[in-house]
Amino acid sequence: MLDSIVDEYRYGFRDPEKYVFRTKKGLSREVIEEISWIKMEPEWMRRFRLEAYEVFVSKPMPSWGPDLSELDFNDLYYYIKPVERKGNSWEDLPSYIRNTFEKLGIPEAERKYLAGISAQYESESVYNNLKKRWESQGVIFVDTDTAVREYPELVKEYIGTVVPPQDNKFSALNSAVWSGGSFIYVPKGVHVDIPLQAYFRINAQNAGQFERTLIIAEEGSYLHYIEGCTAPIYSTSSLHSAVVEIIVKKGARVRYSTVQNWSNNVYNLVTKRAFAYEDSIVEWIDGNLGSRVSMKYPSVYLYGKGAKAELLSIAFAGRGQHQDVGGKALHLAPYTSSNIISKSVSKDGGRNSYRGLVYIDSLAEGSKSSIRCDALILDENSRSDTYPTIKVRNKNISLSHEASISKITEEQLFYLTSRGLDNLEANAMLIRGFIEPIVKEFPMEYAVELNRLIKIQLEGSIG
Amino acid sequence: MLRIEDLYVEVEGREILKDINLEIERGKIYAVMGPNGTGKSTLAYTIAGHPRYKVNGGRILFKGEDITNLSPTDRARMGIFLAFQYPIGIPGVTVAGFLKTIMNIRRGENISLSKFNRLLKEKMDILEIEEDFARRYLNDGFSGGERKKCEILQMALLEPDLAILDEIDSGLDIDALRVVSNSVKRIFSTNMSIVIITHYSRILNYIEPNFIYVMKNGRIVASGGRELVNFIEENGYEWLEEVDSKC
Repeated sequence: MLDSIVDEYRYGFRDPEKYVFRTKKGLSREVIEEISWIKMEPEWMRRFRLEAYEVFVSKPMPSWGPDLSELDFNDLYYYIKPVERKGNSWEDLPSYIRNTFEKLGIPEAERKYLAGISAQYESESVYNNLKKRWESQGVIFVDTDTAVREYPELVKEYIGTVVPPQDNKFSALNSAVWSGGSFIYVPKGVHVDIPLQAYFRINAQNAGQFERTLIIAEEGSYLHYIEGCTAPIYSTSSLHSAVVEIIVKKGARVRYSTVQNWSNNVYNLVTKRAFAYEDSIVEWIDGNLGSRVSMKYPSVYLYGKGAKAELLSIAFAGRGQHQDVGGKALHLAPYTSSNIISKSVSKDGGRNSYRGLVYIDSLAEGSKSSIRCDALILDENSRSDTYPTIKVRNKNISLSHEASISKITEEQLFYLTSRGLDNLEANAMLIRGFIEPIVKEFPMEYAVELNRLIKIQLEGSIG
Repeated sequence: MLRIEDLYVEVEGREILKDINLEIERGKIYAVMGPNGTGKSTLAYTIAGHPRYKVNGGRILFKGEDITNLSPTDRARMGIFLAFQYPIGIPGVTVAGFLKTIMNIRRGENISLSKFNRLLKEKMDILEIEEDFARRYLNDGFSGGERKKCEILQMALLEPDLAILDEIDSGLDIDALRVVSNSVKRIFSTNMSIVIITHYSRILNYIEPNFIYVMKNGRIVASGGRELVNFIEENGYEWLEEVDSKC
């Protein structure tokens, strides 16, 4: 039914590689010292990086997941500084960078429906803006480098506490070479009721992007943060390895939405974790469309009584892609709950793996967890696996786990085509329907974008 | 409107329909009757263009055009509509969203939301369907009656030239049957043809057909006016063997 797919990747255009500074290829203590030096960082951060580098060197490559054998750490640039100074307005940026973000629709999104935005190009945030209304309520939204300079006490208190460098090889790598990312602080009781967004763009070939995001939501606050990512198409590999740490205090709620649409030469190896305290809510809403390999398991550590975690993800894997994604919920306090829903679509030999962990501690009396994984496989060459791990140390809990693998059936296609839809429209409708329960959780504009991407992914593929 | 000539159809290597000839005229209602497993639904699927139903001989003409090899999409766009006996669930696609999509295709232009909502409300009222029905996922978790009403709702909005209703009466209680039948009658116009496929004559007390075809073992074995319905009601389908041998 589905013949070869000629994917149209709309964001594959590239700018000339211009930069004001770039470390030499490969990774060493010297490169890390250089990154720290050019950023004029305090000694504690320089030490944080160097210690993390030792951890990175000492840890083996993870062998339990996707094939990373073609990822060559020596063939990457770890730091590329695109401009001398960050822009205060889009007009301040060099025209090629501004045009790129215009093409991606970022300034328009900022005007229309965001409370603030940060745009990162290569290693540095080039534009950052928070609307006055939120600034005056004490909300901080800056890139993390700026935060190290302007809010060192806050950064020092929290960085590496949720995802320590020792956590895994890529969290160590990020800790050693991180640059950019968002730092967000929402004061007690403040509700940022329209989203903040960060947009990440890799332009250069063989580039690594290692943003570091740190979000602190004080008691009773609310935040919705959205991140988007794209890159040009190259035949050589790029690496995106971010760390996201979120602290959600009593009664606060943080929703973190991602539309990841990297080009198919990007390794996307990301560690995202949140600590959820009493009666707080953490929601990870994760759309993975692009990249060559993604390893991403957004996690919530439910530390406070009554805390809730929602982990919703959609993954698409086409030719040459492996999405190894899922979620983790650790129930470490009484009456905590988690809801994990994962939907994946595999086509043209693409591979999806759901990898998840639910741990319910002996302390987590009365906790609840529900896990649901649905896979849709569009042709014989594609593949879907689930690796759910469930560990329960308490008898007084409730847990449900459901998994399904489905195909688009001839009967469904006939029903829709008998109403006048063509094959492409019918397939797209069925796929949209399949992921609908998660797409509807995205803000309207992103849901529209996701649906458009599905159609592009299918176009030219159905005879 | 529709003309079938010497049609032979095979499904998964088995010949189901043999030498079917029939004529459906504009502005008339037809019934295709016959015992279970006799090829009535196969006939419906074949007219709608199901890819698994292979035409081994003969042809199907619709509005003068040979549609034997056309896709279901093309046939639908020309104005053929099949109300399924067992409409399949499409999770994640709302009834309203689906209806708007297929109406736009049928009309060849995008209907305005206000006009769509007005039409939808009007047709749902006739079918005695609750308002929240439009927000549910298509045929997903519907009761038998809801499924059938949803098929007729689609027919009402699409206004096809030819509507084939495959066992639209099965699984309906007497009230639902009355509502569905009345709706079908209201949708019917002199520009339209309707083919009611049924095992029982019950629905034909509500919608009076102009002409009846009776099928058995993949063949049309009798045809005639309303008197045929009464005869079947009294005598069942047993007598057909004799008719068959006489033909």
